[in-house]
Amino acid sequence: MTTPLTRPSKKDPQKRTLVPVLPPVARSRAALGLGVMAAQGRFGLQVCKDCQAIQYPPRDACLKCLSADLVWQDVASEGTIMAETTIRVSPEPYFRERMPWRMGAVQLAAGPTVNCHLHGEVGRGDTVRMALKLDKAGQGVLIALPLKGSDLMQDDLVLRAMSSDPKHRRVLISDARSPVALALTQALLKAGAAHVFLGEPEAWLAWPERAAFEGLVNVSILPLDVTDASSVTKLAAEIGGKVDILINTASYVRPGGIMGNDTNFATKSFEVNTIGLMRLAQGFAPGMTGRAQDDTNSAVAFVNILSVRALSPDANYGAFGASQAAAHSISQSLRAEFRTSGLRMMNVYIGPIEGDAWFQPLPPPKVTPNAIARTLVSALVDGLEEATCGDIARDVYARWRADALLLEREMTGGGS
Amino acid sequence: MSALISNVAEALASGAARIVDLTHTLDPDFPVIILPPEFGQCARFRMEEVSAYDHRGPAWKWHNLTLNEHTGTHFDAPSHWVSGKDVPNGDVDEIDPSVFVGPVVVIDCSAGAAKDDDFELTPAVIEAWEVEHGTISADAWVLMRTDWSKRRGAEYLNMAEDGPHSPGPTPAAIELLLKRDIRGFGTETVGTDAGQGSHYVPPYPAHYLLHGAGKFGLQCLCNLDLLPATGALLIAPPLKIKGGTGSPLRVLAMVMS
Repeated sequence: MTTPLTRPSKKDPQKRTLVPVLPPVARSRAALGLGVMAAQGRFGLQVCKDCQAIQYPPRDACLKCLSADLVWQDVASEGTIMAETTIRVSPEPYFRERMPWRMGAVQLAAGPTVNCHLHGEVGRGDTVRMALKLDKAGQGVLIALPLKGSDLMQDDLVLRAMSSDPKHRRVLISDARSPVALALTQALLKAGAAHVFLGEPEAWLAWPERAAFEGLVNVSILPLDVTDASSVTKLAAEIGGKVDILINTASYVRPGGIMGNDTNFATKSFEVNTIGLMRLAQGFAPGMTGRAQDDTNSAVAFVNILSVRALSPDANYGAFGASQAAAHSISQSLRAEFRTSGLRMMNVYIGPIEGDAWFQPLPPPKVTPNAIARTLVSALVDGLEEATCGDIARDVYARWRADALLLEREMTGGGS
Repeated sequence: MSALISNVAEALASGAARIVDLTHTLDPDFPVIILPPEFGQCARFRMEEVSAYDHRGPAWKWHNLTLNEHTGTHFDAPSHWVSGKDVPNGDVDEIDPSVFVGPVVVIDCSAGAAKDDDFELTPAVIEAWEVEHGTISADAWVLMRTDWSKRRGAEYLNMAEDGPHSPGPTPAAIELLLKRDIRGFGTETVGTDAGQGSHYVPPYPAHYLLHGAGKFGLQCLCNLDLLPATGALLIAPPLKIKGGTGSPLRVLAMVMS
């Protein structure tokens, strides 16, 4: 059984906040594929296209037939723990701070035998579900999980370090006026978030939806406008040290292509969706990266909700798509900048939101705020870097991953 | 004549006359007019640091600003409205600068506006004011005092599902002011027109009629309660923006202490 995490007490102001240390970072190019899988929450290994052998650890050639034609493919995640050991001494600072550390050898149903981390609820002889998770270094690592864990299984410290679980954590949602803000707030509180802060841009403009937030326990609405550098700076100065998860919900959409569109709308799209993200990162990320190992409620994830059109545009929303593509690029740069701290940059790709007036004439399927909230929270719990929500986002993402140029043809070149 | 100007300077220096600032601070949180969202919108005031005595400029601090011609306390030129698009010298850079300084009268509507968010400035209100203070002289600025500038936050635009509710002039009131051949009309609200001004005929009568007649507008004014009904001097020079339809500006009034 897993010992439940207790709600962290207030910090001792005389103690230095622990500086983030990382597990070993270096990987071969082939082994980076584990991280690609883990980032998406997939369990996949290298499969030889010539002889179908599944292999681990990743290499540049097939261990059976020496073919270099290896592809990453989802494989069965079941396995059996053949042996386990407890490591009590390590020269690695990351592990030294976390001794003792259990490791096991697992025979995968898919074939290979792997060395992996063990969840506290599994041991030798158990049938387990194997998962690829991103560790604090952002690398894909294997962990053996119980087939059916206890309700507290997420509290396991090894697993928690590979997750961005909102439990006991304080979350900032950048724009309370977003159509997803309320659903997200409720989902985060249900997942055990200690507090949800919501940014309110333009308090001088009344919005009736605000009433739904009033009276919610552990929820605060504070002034924040991602287009206003001074407002970001001010809020970061006030609560920057208490933001463990930041979810950027600020978004500005106007329909229209490129040739005939209004550059003022385009400018505003970039101000909110792109530069706004940058301002948020400048305001809050330095504090978050510094607090990435700050006990149970360490800073853990910076989340950007992106339209899946960031990957390949819908020409009817040309300027919006451009701002989303730029925001996607900023996300990737931030991910690189966060690497040394262990702070995770998560992108949640969505399709048109049900009820969003700017997508009103588009046909279904659309994605509901509740679905976005569910996906986002479970992606945090699973510690993902990339998540999709809704049929459109899932489909576009999968096609983009498979063949971005073909996707462009499909979107704009007469594909039917 | 030079004695006249030095007398003014001396009056200011001695405190016999003083300057009242009628301008709101340009602040990112100051409301701007809100139009239906499919229309283009007025940019909010924004300030980005260029440097602040740091690596971007070690000995100096300065900012880049983003704003609309009609953000904050601002001046409306005739070319702002479709009715004034062909008015000669209708852009801010073309206006004769002599009109930027001139006499001002203040019609106090604060009691009415306190009771009714949609308080209307009507010909009857103007005529009653004239009974007390005399006929509005030609080429005077006319300011409508409502104390609306004391409102904060969402109370200022006072937006409801049927649009904003704030006081302003009726078409007939503007026609009467044009008969008096005023120089321009100013308010404490976000525009020279009432919040519900789009429902008059013509819609937005202050904008439509004033600018069509080559007159000017001032809005988002404050401190009108510190001005006398008559006898003050208004100083309201907009920025000299080429082809500009308006401009944020510092509006000052000179009054006797």
